[in-house]
Amino acid sequence: MTTRTIQGQKNLQKINQASKDGIGGSPLRPDGTLKVKGEFAYSSDLWHEDMLWGTALRSPHPRANILSVDVSEALAVPGVYAVLTHEDVPGEKYYGLEIADQPALAIDKVRYHGEAIALVAADHPETARRAVKKIKVEYEVLTPITTEEQCLDPETHGYVHEPHEYRSHAYGNVCHEQRLVSGLGVTDEVRALADVVVSGEYEVGMQDQAFLGPESGLAVPAEDGGVDLYVATQWLHVDRQQMAPVLDLPLEKVRLTLAGVGGAFGGREDLSMQIHACLLALRTGKPVKIVYARDESFFGHVHRHPARMRYEHGATRDGKLVFADCRIVLDGGAYASASPAVVGNAASLGHGPYVIPNVRMHAIALYSNNPSCGAMRGFGAVQAAFGYESQMDRLAEALGMDPVELRQLNAVTQGDRMPTGQEIDAPAPVAELLQRVKDMPLPPPLDLEHLDVRTLPGALSNTSHGEGIVRGVGYSVGIKNVGFSEGFDDYSTARVRLEVIGGEPVAMVHTAMAEVGQGGVTVHAQIARTELGVEQVTIHPANTEVGSAGSTSASRQTYMTGGAVKLAAEAVRHELLERGRHRYGWTQDDLALVGGKVVSASAGVLIPIVDLLGEDAVEQTREHHHRPTVPFDKETGQGFGHVQYTFCANRAVVDVDVELGLVKVVELTAVQDVGKALNPLSVVGQIQGGCTQALGLAVMEEIVVEDGKVRNASFTDYLIPTILDTPPIPVQILELPDPHAPYGLRGVGEAPTVSATPSIVAAIRQATGKALNRIPVRPEHLTDTL
Amino acid sequence: MRVTFSANGKPVEADDVWEGESLLYVLRERVGLPGSKNACEQGECGSCTVYLDGVPVCSCLVAAGQVQGREVRTVEGLAGEDGELGLVQQAFVDAGAVQCGFCTPGLLVQTDALLAADPQPSDTDIREALSGNLCRCTGYEKIMDAVRLASARTCARGAEK
Amino acid sequence: MEFLRPATWDEALAAKAEHPTALPISGGTDVMVEMNFDVHRPSAILDLNRITELTEWSSDGDVVRLGAAVPYARIIEELSGPLPGLALAAHTVGSPQIRNRGSVGGNLGAASPAGDSHPALLAAGRGVSVEAHSVRGVRLVPIDEFYVGVKRNSLEPDELIGAVRIPVADGPQQFSKIGTRNAMVIAVCAFGFALHPKDGTVGTGIGSAAPTPRRAVEAEEYLRGVLAERGLWESGELLGPEVVQRFGELVKAAASPIDDVRGTADYRRHALAVMARRTLTWCWNDYRKQIRSAA
Repeated sequence: MTTRTIQGQKNLQKINQASKDGIGGSPLRPDGTLKVKGEFAYSSDLWHEDMLWGTALRSPHPRANILSVDVSEALAVPGVYAVLTHEDVPGEKYYGLEIADQPALAIDKVRYHGEAIALVAADHPETARRAVKKIKVEYEVLTPITTEEQCLDPETHGYVHEPHEYRSHAYGNVCHEQRLVSGLGVTDEVRALADVVVSGEYEVGMQDQAFLGPESGLAVPAEDGGVDLYVATQWLHVDRQQMAPVLDLPLEKVRLTLAGVGGAFGGREDLSMQIHACLLALRTGKPVKIVYARDESFFGHVHRHPARMRYEHGATRDGKLVFADCRIVLDGGAYASASPAVVGNAASLGHGPYVIPNVRMHAIALYSNNPSCGAMRGFGAVQAAFGYESQMDRLAEALGMDPVELRQLNAVTQGDRMPTGQEIDAPAPVAELLQRVKDMPLPPPLDLEHLDVRTLPGALSNTSHGEGIVRGVGYSVGIKNVGFSEGFDDYSTARVRLEVIGGEPVAMVHTAMAEVGQGGVTVHAQIARTELGVEQVTIHPANTEVGSAGSTSASRQTYMTGGAVKLAAEAVRHELLERGRHRYGWTQDDLALVGGKVVSASAGVLIPIVDLLGEDAVEQTREHHHRPTVPFDKETGQGFGHVQYTFCANRAVVDVDVELGLVKVVELTAVQDVGKALNPLSVVGQIQGGCTQALGLAVMEEIVVEDGKVRNASFTDYLIPTILDTPPIPVQILELPDPHAPYGLRGVGEAPTVSATPSIVAAIRQATGKALNRIPVRPEHLTDTL
Repeated sequence: MRVTFSANGKPVEADDVWEGESLLYVLRERVGLPGSKNACEQGECGSCTVYLDGVPVCSCLVAAGQVQGREVRTVEGLAGEDGELGLVQQAFVDAGAVQCGFCTPGLLVQTDALLAADPQPSDTDIREALSGNLCRCTGYEKIMDAVRLASARTCARGAEK
Repeated sequence: MEFLRPATWDEALAAKAEHPTALPISGGTDVMVEMNFDVHRPSAILDLNRITELTEWSSDGDVVRLGAAVPYARIIEELSGPLPGLALAAHTVGSPQIRNRGSVGGNLGAASPAGDSHPALLAAGRGVSVEAHSVRGVRLVPIDEFYVGVKRNSLEPDELIGAVRIPVADGPQQFSKIGTRNAMVIAVCAFGFALHPKDGTVGTGIGSAAPTPRRAVEAEEYLRGVLAERGLWESGELLGPEVVQRFGELVKAAASPIDDVRGTADYRRHALAVMARRTLTWCWNDYRKQIRSAA
């Protein structure tokens, strides 16, 4: 079995690249050539002889008791090799990212529309689909628990999970809760200090990551009784940690290798097909491939938590914030996933990047029979930003102030304390970001004389030739934490090896980092070049043979695994120079590796690296831990909970057809402090991509759920921005180094997704005069036809 | 059923094709050309775009049986014989237009077709031509850069000749 | 499932007669979505790609005979003169790749109320007809009798659509469609409008706002009356806001939309009124220009 080759593994082999570009440069992606040739092997491209296709039977009901499951007819279909239910799960029946509350296959009940009940392995996807239709399930359909009111009244409406199943995490149908009080909290006395008070209720719809590469992978049973899984994921080791107990295998017999990943954005943080493919492979003794179709993808991964938020802000007449009172209710759906972290972010960042002397916050995530929600780019911070930034605009209006000036007046800066009590001990140029975004030139006004219908709201749909078009401009700023917070030690591991290959010094970097498109592999090579003075860097395939790299999420990979590569490369350099000192008696303390040579600042070139290395490779493995954090106090929310803060400011210019309620974003400007841009081309690409996902949330993206049922599980009805929806996105980057971070860098990926949505909504408000308390903004909201 | 057609200039043959299979499935799973991508399989994302008899189409929406005897050109057929990247491919790499890369094969074919028809498209023409190719990573700005770069290089090459 | 590959139109008709439940496929832009998503498993698929005459069109100057499989891209490129409304509608279909494959025949075959061709065909006049071919002969189905229910048309099981006959435009035509993004949308609702100065009528077509595509009969009648009574065809005077407003209201009243995931019924009615006013205004402005330059 293990001697067979798996086709389409090219990108999992070593990638060589000759370039002089170290950090701060923008060398090309090492996987770029394979990707443009169509030769990069994504998880759905893998192929193995004798391979079977796996697929799942999913529940059509959001809440039901399963009275019986009869698989006999499905098993009888020619070409079917296995049909599995929860009874065939050999080990632990439940798994989960933070709380093990989700069954690998439904046991006696289903808790959301699309929950997997049974699995089929067959010789062709169509055979598997036909067999799935022959599985007979008898349901007792129950009324789903879907609204906040229903969830919070379990005595009347029931429990999504029986309370005896809870660990300490939950009560009622509340999965996780965080309170926060700072200053005097919010009391009548505090309220009396404010000259102006504004309040609002805001709603955020359920957004989907909508990565283009569907969940997929290939599980190959191994001769040692274990399994090798080639998969698209964000975190190999945490997948394995959840999989092994369910498969009843020791960790070392569950080996994961990263296959090509077609985007992630949080949607691959949880398991999808991993356990299912392995169960089928172990049962049949054959390699099993699972590839979700787009509709199944919508059921197969968690989404961004929808939110209902209530905000009240008080300020003095001159615009100084006095208090903020916030309640954020996040719908976590059927299973916990990353709900606790999302609640933590919402509670600790939910008042925005502002100095507010008195704060009261209450954030909860509910269990419901809606689809499970978890990690998505900006988790917890995205929802809150729509709330607090809407409030800032409302407050500016009430005060008769310029909205940017109001924000600048209250902006945090280095040395301020967050309402958690945590001091911001790194640059926090919030006011400057706003100033810069405001100072950037505006796009030219709509030219009614030379209209191109394609540039108007509606574009090719030919709805306006200039009629009804009103322009609006809006601003916003946002804050996000980098890395995992609240006491979690999400360390990263890197192994760096330096040796002579073909007469040249070559560095090999081996990590388990999931390259999901963000360009981590490019940056790792840059770091190795900078630290080791070599040109050739090989990136080893990411797998579980090396220690964990943590997740490719929370804007953390360059900070954490990049940091680990830096540490390991420094250790290699140290060992190499020690070897030289020992061998040649160098006494200089100004040695460096540059251009393939050992160089002394005072004595010049000492020796080529090749000669110093000879036949002996130098290899070092290092773990990179960020500075420790602590959990927030459950009641007061106080604590040094976050590793790093990151900020982005945006200006949106929109044209709205106010009669039809159609929107065209004309320009979306972003200014972000990135500490240090290790690869400026990638940094700008991250910011532009993040802004575009924020645009989607602002005006079109929502999974529509009615009574627990998903109504638009397709790309026909779940719309993401096309190139005609996406405007020019001018980007300015600031580089104010964070003294606590490797190279002073700051995580980049999420801040623009947090900050950009409110600027677009603000611009639409300016154009229409509508309150717009819900996103995505629909034409119905703008035309009063909801 | 058996389906034979030409893929990137070479005759290919697939046996035991299920009648409901798409050209995309045959390319990816039966004839060793997985470069065209399976992102939505409903014609909404353009990741599976290939040339069918010289016309860019979503291969997920072409029934396998419909390509009998016809010519298909995929992303794998855009590079030169020697493996040298095509002009559009190189521009996408150079401009940073590739992140996860799942949309890239379809975008390359569609851009190739655009520049063949109009070597110097306006920005709005580019946006219209690529409006059927979804990208979730880049925000399209680097893709615009790549097409402009490919256009400039196409024109420069034309001027040299 | 069988895959039938007729080489000629006669073979295709014979195959359809023999396999009345066979599902015809041409561009595949509807059929293959249903195959890929396991919505539909017909007994047989009848491929029409080899029938070259389906991709041809001809015109005698009065009527365009549009082969059922002429792709939208070619309608935009080759027929925006004689069929401007249909060409505008074609330009809103899916993406460039879809427009390279999809065709009016497919839209008619699927008979979805959201099909983009339908409002333009209805607006093009009551003279539009669908050629329903079978081994029994050719039946001409007037467009007003073609759509009979949600995703149902009046074809017999043994019939295939050979072509659509559409009068060449004798006046300005427009088409507008609502989607919640700026490209690649299925219509939330759509509206087609045409002025027919030769016989003094106007045409309308409503999409995605009723169980079938339909025309706004009262709106057509109202406007025809106003244009005739006030001599506006001859004078080319402005219509005035009241007429435009009333026309919009009548179009709105002609719709019977539902709330669904793409939009609310109220929004659809509202948007139809706006699109009706705008398309009428654009067409009338064009018409005024035409008669002035002719004068």
